[in-house]
Amino acid sequence: MSLDPAARSGYADHPPRMGFFTDTSVCIGCKACEVACKEWNGVPEDGLELTGMSYDNTQSLGASTWRHVAFIEQIDHPGQPRWLMASDVCKHCTEAGCLDVCPTGALLRTEFGTVVVQDDVCNGCGNCVAACPFGVIGRRETDGGAHKCTLCYDRIGDGLTPACAKACPTESIQFGPLDELRDRAQARLETLHEAGVAGAQLYGEDPGNGIGGAGAFFLLLDEPEVYGLPPDPVVTTRDLPRMWRHVASAAAALAAAALISGLGGRA
Amino acid sequence: MKRDEQLMVPAAEFGSYYGRPVIKEPVWGAPAIPGYLFLGGLAGASSPLAAVAEFSGRPGLALAAKTTAAGAIGLSVVALVQDLGRPTRFHHMLRVFKPTSPMSVGSWLLSAYGPAAGAAAACAITGLLPAAGRVATVAAAVTGPAVAAYTAALLADTAVPAWHEAHRELPYLFVSSAATAAGGLGLLLVRPEQAAPARNLALIGATAELTAKSLLLQRLGEVAEPYQSGRAGRLMEAAEILTAAGLTAAAVGGRNRIIAALAGAALVASSAFTRFGIFFAGRMSAGDPRYTVGPQRNRKDRKDRGDRGISPPPAGKPARAPAERGDLAAAR
Repeated sequence: MSLDPAARSGYADHPPRMGFFTDTSVCIGCKACEVACKEWNGVPEDGLELTGMSYDNTQSLGASTWRHVAFIEQIDHPGQPRWLMASDVCKHCTEAGCLDVCPTGALLRTEFGTVVVQDDVCNGCGNCVAACPFGVIGRRETDGGAHKCTLCYDRIGDGLTPACAKACPTESIQFGPLDELRDRAQARLETLHEAGVAGAQLYGEDPGNGIGGAGAFFLLLDEPEVYGLPPDPVVTTRDLPRMWRHVASAAAALAAAALISGLGGRA
Repeated sequence: MKRDEQLMVPAAEFGSYYGRPVIKEPVWGAPAIPGYLFLGGLAGASSPLAAVAEFSGRPGLALAAKTTAAGAIGLSVVALVQDLGRPTRFHHMLRVFKPTSPMSVGSWLLSAYGPAAGAAAACAITGLLPAAGRVATVAAAVTGPAVAAYTAALLADTAVPAWHEAHRELPYLFVSSAATAAGGLGLLLVRPEQAAPARNLALIGATAELTAKSLLLQRLGEVAEPYQSGRAGRLMEAAEILTAAGLTAAAVGGRNRIIAALAGAALVASSAFTRFGIFFAGRMSAGDPRYTVGPQRNRKDRKDRGDRGISPPPAGKPARAPAERGDLAAAR
């Protein structure tokens, strides 16, 4: 399978695939990414609640939350207690379930290999919400449409850095051509391993994984599920050909059952 | 969103982020969507039943099945449009045809099936244009089973564990549930002299439904739990009792008008309960991170072990300390 999603979507001549590398080992939990994203993209308020989940009152990604900083307090961490922070975002999957199942064509692949919702096309069917293995995309109560991170399509088209990466004070969020980010992430991982950070791992970057590799991937210090990320997501549409075969034989079986039911002559 | 929710998740053998779901619960609403699964199935199986009845000289059953199909699919479309976030844009479904999207395929199927079922019913009721009525009857009979079956892919082609993991059995469960409903409604509406095909279809459907359900639950393992507990569990159980009762009554007393009608009503209700049960099981499995993380974690551990068996870990990548995992639950 081609690893170049833009080419596979019919862009003959296109810029390199762009993405995010979010290095959570240097995240300080300032939430500047959350704020910058909301400001630039005009994303409405997403609830004002005190959750008691450490410093996380944002809770999860959704229609009106396109960056979400997770806070995990590990009091019994071997050695010394630690406080993990990680800024989560849409993964811009190579094999994107949301895009596959969208019945209107509202979700599209951009020339940068990212995945974007066209708000003027979306009719709010909610299929993408059920198909995303990361729980990223949501349907907004106020306008009925599906919304998620666009990787600042309007900025990167003009050669600008996405708002969250631009605002990040520690370069925890890095934006660039995906190939370059992968090299950078690998180097950073090696540095951390040499420094004895045993749990450090890359998440989502492997083109051989269940989503064909993420356009936005992460360096985590613990297992993915600790951050609320699925440990081994597989895009649901990989099984769709088999599902269609079963659907076809089930439909044929129903037609056959109806025919058999009529046997036994005329009334 | 309530803080109490984290208490629903047992302090864990798996890690999770404050017990919060990993995936989103489907935004599809009840009763619209499970109602559609039921009505779409009822319609989709009624149309071939109507054709069989018509061509075997049972006009009473044919008329009942055609009217059922048209009414059920009409209501379905209303339910589907009403469930959209932006109902006035329902026609955007027909901007594209995408085989990767069961909802797109379904929209086109409904656009072919709905008018055919409607025309077949209209001709049967009014007695006008009998030739066109026959064409419509056949067209609805051919597309109806696809309408009844595709909804299985609609649910299974999602990240919802209880639906996706059931993708092999769900199509068979859906068409058998559809046959149960269509046959059952025939038994309820039509005199036993004309209802033989409905009775046969109900018997085949109910038997297949019980079989498909038990196969599904056997194979799902841990992810079968949502089908067996809570609201979904109660619905599935009620459905099973009604199916078994309706099946027995139809088999034994199906030629008695009263017993046939009662059996038919039980079978129709069982089909509806099954659809609502499946719907709520999926929702529950999405809302509890255990069903998303557990199977994935096991798969990943198996893969990692397999990888290590073939080649040593890359230099500089120390093996994960087992104590590290799951220490999150304690961290709060």
